[in-house]
Order: sequence, then structure tokens, then C-alpha cells
Amino acid sequence: MDDQKKLTIIATKGTLDWAYPPFILASTAAALGYEATIFFTFYGLQCLRKDLSCLKVSPLGNPGMPMKMPFGPKWFKDINWNIPNIIQASIPWYEDVATALMKKTIANNGVATIGELRELCQEAEVKFLACQMTVELFGFDHSDFIDGIEYVGAATYFEYGGEADISLFI
Amino acid sequence: MNADKELDARGLNCPLPILRAKKALAEIGSGQVLKILSTDPGSVKDFQAFAKQTGNELMSSTEAGGEYTFFMKKK
Repeated sequence: MDDQKKLTIIATKGTLDWAYPPFILASTAAALGYEATIFFTFYGLQCLRKDLSCLKVSPLGNPGMPMKMPFGPKWFKDINWNIPNIIQASIPWYEDVATALMKKTIANNGVATIGELRELCQEAEVKFLACQMTVELFGFDHSDFIDGIEYVGAATYFEYGGEADISLFI
Repeated sequence: MNADKELDARGLNCPLPILRAKKALAEIGSGQVLKILSTDPGSVKDFQAFAKQTGNELMSSTEAGGEYTFFMKKK
């Protein structure tokens, strides 16, 4: 199996949008025959929580994010709602509303949920490593996370990264 | 063209058509043919790339009315 290609990803983001790239790339790599490993550290740990409702998206301070409604007639859906940051910041539960709209958009477009992609990764035997240092730093408990994770340090990441054909930091 | 198995991936977006195809290929034997239906425009290049990297043969790739049909022979 020495000629098997290997991918490692360092996943550092803990928002709904940024949870996608690690799981999409790892599951696809696995389908292409790669041995894939994801090292979750800092905010990336949120992607391993049993309860994924912790993953939210915030349009605040994110000028790259189109703000379009996932329902209504086409002319309405096409409107890009340019809401100034100062107003976004002052609306209570703004992120919850934005997250609900994003989830609707995801479903409308036939895009898998994070939970589905994570399961597909596990089925494809993608290895999940979690940074033990940040687990402690953020006051998490191993019981907050799904089963099948190895809790390790940076040196273990390099054991995989050093052998990899592709390594990505997300 | 005859297929031994059919996968309906219409309405699904990246990377699901590829992941479902991989799973469906695991359920057929070597030399058998999988037919895949998709509506994802990105899947045209993606199935070429999938075939190239996995050694399965993409026998045909066609488009009609926004729907893509692929025939893939398992390695």
C-alpha cells in the first residue's frame, strides 16, 4: 500500500460555511483512493461536536458573502441585501437568522449537510485527529465529541503530514 | 448502452454525485457498467477526473436538456 496517495488537512475553522471544505475534500479524496486524515484544532474542533447546531454562519464583517433570500419569487431571491455592519451587529439573534437562511439555501441547492458529509467521511475511513491541547484550552470534554476520534498533539499531525502527497490548512 | 446498475444523482451537488458513484461502483463487479444521472454541471469534468484517478473507464458522457448521463465501467 506504499504507493497509496495520502492527504492531510488541518481544519481550524468553526463556522457552518468553513466546516464544508475539510469534509468535502477529505470525502472526495477518499473516493479517489487517497488515505485521508483531518487534524481538527482550535475552532475546527466544533466540526467534531456531537451536536452540530454549534456551527453557525455570520455575514457580519464578511463582504464576500452574498446575502440572498432562499425563498420567494425569482426577483426577490435575486436581491442582494447589503446591510451595513453597524446595523447587522445591532440586530439580536442575527447569526441565528442568517444560519437558518443559509441552511435553507444549502438544502435548496442539493448540497449535503455537514452531518451527512461527516458521516460519509467516517464511512470512507477518513481519520479524524483532534488537538488535545485545544480541547483543554476551550474547556471541552471528550464526551462533547463524536466517537472514533484520536486525541493527539502536533507531533502526531506531522507523522501523517510528513508522509502526505497533499497537505492543506483550512 | 446497457448498464448493470443505475445511480440517480439528479438534484445533488458536489461532492455527492462522486461519493454516491464510488459507493455504487463498490456494489458491482469488475467489468460491469454503472449508469449515472446528474444535473450538476460540475460533474462532467469531475467524472472525467474520477475515472482518470481511479482507473474506472468513463465510456460515455452526454448531456440533454440540462441532464447529464455517464456510463462508467468498473476496473
